[in-house]
Amino acid sequence: MTVAILTENLTKTFGPKVAVDNVSFTVPAGKIFGLLGPNGSGKSTTIRMLCGALLPTSGRAEIFGMDVVKKTREVRNLIGYMSQRFSLYEDLTVEENLDFFGRIYNLPAKLLKSRKEEILLMAGLTENRKTLTAHLSGGWKQRLALGAAMIHRPKLLILDEPTAGVDPVSRRIFWEIIKKLCATGISVLVTTHYMDEAEICDIVGFIFNGKLVSFGTPAELMAKEGKDSLEDVFIEYVERTTGKKVYDFKDLEKFIGGKPA
Amino acid sequence: MNPKRFWAIVKKEFLQLKRDKPSMAIALIMPVMMLLLFGYAVSTDVDHIATAYLDLSRTPESRELLAKFRASNYFNLDYPVNTTAELNSLFKKGKIKAGLIIPPDYTEKLNRGQIPEVKYIVDGSDPSIARPALSSGVLVGQNYTREILAKKYPQIAKNSISLIRAEVRYNPKIRSQIFTIPGLIGLVMQNLTVLLTAFALVREKERGTIEQLIVTPVTSFELILGKLVPYVLIGFLSFTIAFYFGINWFSVPMQGDTLTLFALALCFVAVALAIGILISTVARTQLQAMQMTIVFLLPSILLSGFMFPREAMPKIIQYLGYAIPLTYFLEILRGIIIRGAGLLELQNQAIALTVLGVFLLVAASLRFKKRLE
Ligand SMILES: Nc1ncnc2c1ncn2[C@@H]1O[C@H](COP(=O)(O)OP(=O)(O)OP(=O)(O)O)[C@@H](O)[C@H]1O
Ligand SMILES: [Mg+2]
Repeated sequence: MTVAILTENLTKTFGPKVAVDNVSFTVPAGKIFGLLGPNGSGKSTTIRMLCGALLPTSGRAEIFGMDVVKKTREVRNLIGYMSQRFSLYEDLTVEENLDFFGRIYNLPAKLLKSRKEEILLMAGLTENRKTLTAHLSGGWKQRLALGAAMIHRPKLLILDEPTAGVDPVSRRIFWEIIKKLCATGISVLVTTHYMDEAEICDIVGFIFNGKLVSFGTPAELMAKEGKDSLEDVFIEYVERTTGKKVYDFKDLEKFIGGKPA
Repeated sequence: MNPKRFWAIVKKEFLQLKRDKPSMAIALIMPVMMLLLFGYAVSTDVDHIATAYLDLSRTPESRELLAKFRASNYFNLDYPVNTTAELNSLFKKGKIKAGLIIPPDYTEKLNRGQIPEVKYIVDGSDPSIARPALSSGVLVGQNYTREILAKKYPQIAKNSISLIRAEVRYNPKIRSQIFTIPGLIGLVMQNLTVLLTAFALVREKERGTIEQLIVTPVTSFELILGKLVPYVLIGFLSFTIAFYFGINWFSVPMQGDTLTLFALALCFVAVALAIGILISTVARTQLQAMQMTIVFLLPSILLSGFMFPREAMPKIIQYLGYAIPLTYFLEILRGIIIRGAGLLELQNQAIALTVLGVFLLVAASLRFKKRLE
C-alpha cells in the first residue's frame, strides 16, 4: 500500500495558541480523505504544514514518503493546492492564470496548451477563457482554482473548503469532478463543513481544538457512535468535547423571547 | 445631527486607530524625527568651503595671502595641489567648491609695482554654496588688498581694488535650475521606483495570491528577480523621460557622457527597487507599505543633499546621508550633467551604489522566506 499522507505528532503553535495538537494519521494513496471540524479547529493550519507553507512547531509529516520540511521542493511538485481563500490573480483572465501556473510548474509549451484545453473543458470555462477572473461567479472561480491546482497533474490534491459559498448545482458538479479525478488514481485531501460531502469521502478525520478525535471510514464512525448520519456524529463529538448540549436552547430563548421593538 | 451616532463613529475610529500600530507609531515618532532631521539638515549657512590652492610662487607673500584666506573661517584650505590638472580633477570629483591659483611671478610683480593676477575659481553648480563662496572670496581679496598690500605697496592698492580675479566654473550665471533639475531627476525616479516595488509583494500578501504562489516549486530568488525585471524597465524608462524632458525644457546643458549617466542610472534603479522590495517583504498591507515608503522617502529628500547643501549639515547628519543611496546618485547626476565628470571621477560613488544595491537585494531575498507567517 502506498501512503499518500502521513503525519506524526504534527503540532503547530501560534504564541500561546496550540492550533494543531499532536496530530497523527496515515492516508493511503488513491482515496478521498475528508478533514472535518468546526471553525478554528486547525484544518487549514494542518493543510498549510502539509504544503510546506508553514513550518511545524514539532512532529513531522510526509507526502508520498517525502518529508514536508526536508524535501519541500519535491513535495510541492507532488501536490496541487487550493486554498480556502480564492488566491488566483483576479486581474488576469482565466487563460492567463492557467498559463501562469503552468509555466511556474515548468510545463513544456505544447503540454501546457493541451492541459489548458482539458481543464477549460472540465471546468466548463471554454467560453470564458478571456474573461477577467474577477468577473467570474463563485462556482466558476472555484472550478478555475481547481483547474490551476491540477495543471501539473499532481499526485495529491489538497482542497481547503473548496465548496464554501458555492450554490448546490456548482457544488454537485465540483464533487463529480473530484470523484472522477480520484478514479484516475489521484489522492485527495479535502476539508468541508458539509456533511453530505463528508459522506462521499473514503476516509474522514474529525479535528477539534487542534486534536484529532477520530479517524476512519464514514460507515465505521457512524457505527461506532450509533448514529445514522455524519452530521449527528459531528454534533456528538462537539457536545462531548465542550461538555455542552448543542440542542440546549435556554440561553437562546432569553434573547429571542423578548418582544420585537 | 444625532450626537449619539456621531460619537459612535468617533469612538469606533479611535478603537481602530489604537489597534493600527504602524499609524500610531508614525503619528508619535514622526514629529520628533522630522523636527530633528529638519532642524539640523535645514541650514544653508555654508562656511568652511572646501578649497584647493595652487601656490606656484611659494614666497612669504603668497603664504600671507593664503593665511588671510584661512583666517577668514569661510574656507578650509585642505587641498594643496601642484598642478592645474590636479585642481581641475578635484573640481570634477566635487571634492572642492573653490580653488585659488597664485601665479609663479606673484612676488616679483608686486615688487615691480605691477598687479599680479591671483585666480579664484568657484564651482557654480550649487548656487547656495557658490554665491557665498564667491562673495567671501572677493571680500577676502579686497580686504587683503586694502589692509596689507596698501602698507607695503601703496601704488598697487591705488590702482586696483583687489588683486583677485574671480571665475565661476560650470554654472557661470549661477542659475538655480542647473542645480535643481538634475537632482529632481534622481529624486523623482527614486520615489517612483520605490513606491511601485513596495507594492509588488504586498499586493500578493493582501489579496492572498501569495498563498498559491508559495506552494509551487518557484524559488524566492526566481520570484524576487522576476518581479524586479518589469520594474527595472519602467524605472529606466521613466528616468529617460525625466532626463530628456528636464534637460531640454529647463535648458540645462549636459556636460558629460550620456552613456555613463545611463549606465549608473540603471545601477541606481536596481538599488531603488531593492529598497522597495525590502519594504514589500516587511509590510503586511499596502497601507503599511505606503507608510514605510513615506518614512523612508522624507529623510532621503533631506539628507541626500537634494534640498540643502550637505556641507552645511553637522557631521553626524552628513554621515547619515552616506547610508542613503540617493546621496551617491545625486552626486553622480550633478557630476556628470553639470561638471562633465566621468566614471574616473565618480568611481567612489559608483562603487558605493553597487555595494549598497547588492547588500539590499541580498537582504530582501533573505527576508522573504517562502513561508506564510
Ligand atoms: N497566523 C496565525 N496566527 C495566529 N493564530 C492563528 C494563525 N493561523 C491560524 N490561527 C489560529 O489557529 C486556529 C486554527 O485555525 P485554522 O485556520 O487552522 O482553523 P480551520 O479549522 O481552518 O477553521 P475554518 O473552518 O474557520 O477555516 C484558530 O484558532 C486560528 O485563530
Ligand atoms: Mg480553514
